[in-house]
Amino acid sequence: MTVFDIVKIFGLQMRAGKDRLHEEVTGGYASDLLSDVIAHSHKGNVWITIQTHPNIVAVAAMKELAGIILTGGREPDAETVQKAEEEGIPLLVSPLFTFELVGKLYQAGISGMNPC
Amino acid sequence: MAEAEENIRFHEMFHIEGGNFTNAGAISSRVKKILKEAGFPGKIIRRTSIAAFEAEMNVICYANQGNLSLLIAPNFLKVVVKDEGIGIPDVKLAMREGYSTANEKIRELGFGAGMGLSNIKKNTDEMILTSTSGQGTHLEFIIYLDRQETQPPFE
Repeated sequence: MTVFDIVKIFGLQMRAGKDRLHEEVTGGYASDLLSDVIAHSHKGNVWITIQTHPNIVAVAAMKELAGIILTGGREPDAETVQKAEEEGIPLLVSPLFTFELVGKLYQAGISGMNPC
Repeated sequence: MAEAEENIRFHEMFHIEGGNFTNAGAISSRVKKILKEAGFPGKIIRRTSIAAFEAEMNVICYANQGNLSLLIAPNFLKVVVKDEGIGIPDVKLAMREGYSTANEKIRELGFGAGMGLSNIKKNTDEMILTSTSGQGTHLEFIIYLDRQETQPPFE
């Protein structure tokens, strides 16, 4: 499943990184603590969070994540959108809260277990 | 720590401004780019840039200012981070996962989980942390280039 598939299936709004939607998603991670994401996410994961500031892009770029999904209808800061465009990180928004969205992603086959 | 300084074949120092969250991660992403361009293996790049990111964030969250130096030697990468600021009164306690002195503002941004120093430790082969309370903190870590098949030893 690619980021584009996730966008289509779950009706996510795109805010940045439209050119990188073809990337294969290896799994998912949900957390709002950046060090926790750094420690436990894996390359190619989608990251589900309520954090909206530019530092989330730095974390996603460093961990080579497939994209960031903001939940609860939260909108990214303008600097976050700009940074995500620069770094080529898909930045997506869902009206659902984290628990609900993660449940749906899991049902669709996105796992939190590391495939490698 | 490790080998003689004359073996260093690359050395670059970056300035970090305390309290400036807007550009947080900029230094560690430059470190990552340098290592990528130098052609290091992915695992080395990943471990070094994670540790550098956490170190950079610590300076931004807790210090007035600091410097991060990247040194590349034939057998290892070394990062030295020195800052001026409040320092760490109890280094041993600070190393414990989950322990944090972060204020509300830092926590709201998703930092201050008390995982930064242990993330550095887990991703490096050697780590030295010293601090003088009220003056600043000195952190050094090393990642060996020829030891990537085995997990780093935990103390």
